[in-house]
Amino acid sequence: MLASLVSISLGAILVNNFIFSQFLGICPFLGCSNKMSTATGMSVAVIFVMTMASAICWVINTYLLIPLELAFMQTVAYILVIAVLVQFVEMFLKKMIPSLYSAMGIFLPLITTNCAVLGVVLLNTQNNYNFLESTVYGFTGGIGFALAIILFASVRERLEFADYPKAFEGFAIGLVSAALFALAFMGFSGMKIL
Amino acid sequence: MTIIWAIVILGALGLLFGILLAIAGKVFAVEVDPKVEAIRAVCAGANCGACGYPGCDGYAAAVAAGEAPVNACVPGGAAAAEAIGEIMGTSAVGGETYVAFVRCSGICGHTKEKFDYQGLESCLAATRLGGGSGANVCTAGCMGFGDCVAACSFDAMHIVDGIAQVDWDKCVGCMKCAEACPKNLITKVPSTATDVVACNSTDKGAVVTKYCDYGCIGCMKCVKECPSDAIKVENFLAVIDQEKCVNCGHCSDICPRHCIKDIR
Repeated sequence: MLASLVSISLGAILVNNFIFSQFLGICPFLGCSNKMSTATGMSVAVIFVMTMASAICWVINTYLLIPLELAFMQTVAYILVIAVLVQFVEMFLKKMIPSLYSAMGIFLPLITTNCAVLGVVLLNTQNNYNFLESTVYGFTGGIGFALAIILFASVRERLEFADYPKAFEGFAIGLVSAALFALAFMGFSGMKIL
Repeated sequence: MTIIWAIVILGALGLLFGILLAIAGKVFAVEVDPKVEAIRAVCAGANCGACGYPGCDGYAAAVAAGEAPVNACVPGGAAAAEAIGEIMGTSAVGGETYVAFVRCSGICGHTKEKFDYQGLESCLAATRLGGGSGANVCTAGCMGFGDCVAACSFDAMHIVDGIAQVDWDKCVGCMKCAEACPKNLITKVPSTATDVVACNSTDKGAVVTKYCDYGCIGCMKCVKECPSDAIKVENFLAVIDQEKCVNCGHCSDICPRHCIKDIR
């Protein structure tokens, strides 16, 4: 049991990292990685939404959709859950951490359409994970996202001071460094844990 | 049957989530300063940016925080300044209102053209070509492609007889047109001003007479006759100091080139 959880966790964080090997959630990854502080805030919000979405979606899928043979409604129901969670996070941040709220700007409501979040709940269903496994997969998937975006933000902060050719300015150099990151994460691919 | 269950389940989920969000909305409600809402309501609401803040919301927040003057809403004018002042509890000094003015009178048929310009219908594009004056020989004057017309949110700018003209009944003085004009032809004049120099050419008199019937030649006649010493000639171009001007209208009567205009 524990072994399978460790395997799921390491898989979600490193081997099948949502950004660098599954290429999900690229939009906030590029949009929110200019500053370390916004990257961290975004990561925390995504971890929260992913974990909660995994847990709630598992309950809805197992106790509502499957018994009633409504499995074809999974995507719709999952999107509903994700939208509600994002809305909740937005309200919470607006009240509690207004500075982070304004720093994240449009990318906060955009978690709704963050494919990594929908991806994680759909993968839970596909892999037939149980409740604990789903929640752990959601949480560690979020951690993997956080790892990627925080690593990338630290690189981008240093890029600010780097002297690179004019043609690479802005997003271009961002995409090049993201590609190099993905290449590094390729090193984990095919690795089987237990 | 499945369809009914699908509708029921998703409807119930939606309702449940809706109620939860409504509760969360109450719990996490952010109190917005009522002053901001009130100020936002009395602003002109044009989002023109003339106050220097990003839109009316930005301005309202800045006023409520005490960072912006109460009379900065240009389209709202004195009425808005007074209303905002009342909300903020300060007596509003109704700011002087301004209108835009195009410093050119080279209307069609009274200026010479260098070539037949058939390029993009844009002042900015035309300035990039042939020495930077479009087809006009005059490098300072209005080309009449209407970049300012496009910039105006209040329908106050029109191209009449080939040059831009301001409708002062509609102009609110936001000066969006001045930003759009590649020739920097458009200036701010007090809405009480009567006499203005409708020329921007700094060429010598002899040169100006060759290409424009209305250009200022710097003859100094207005300078000599002005009762309040409000007019100066710099670089062969008359400039009226609106603070000194007593609005007597004498200069516009005597200007031999009719480029000082009585606009009232």
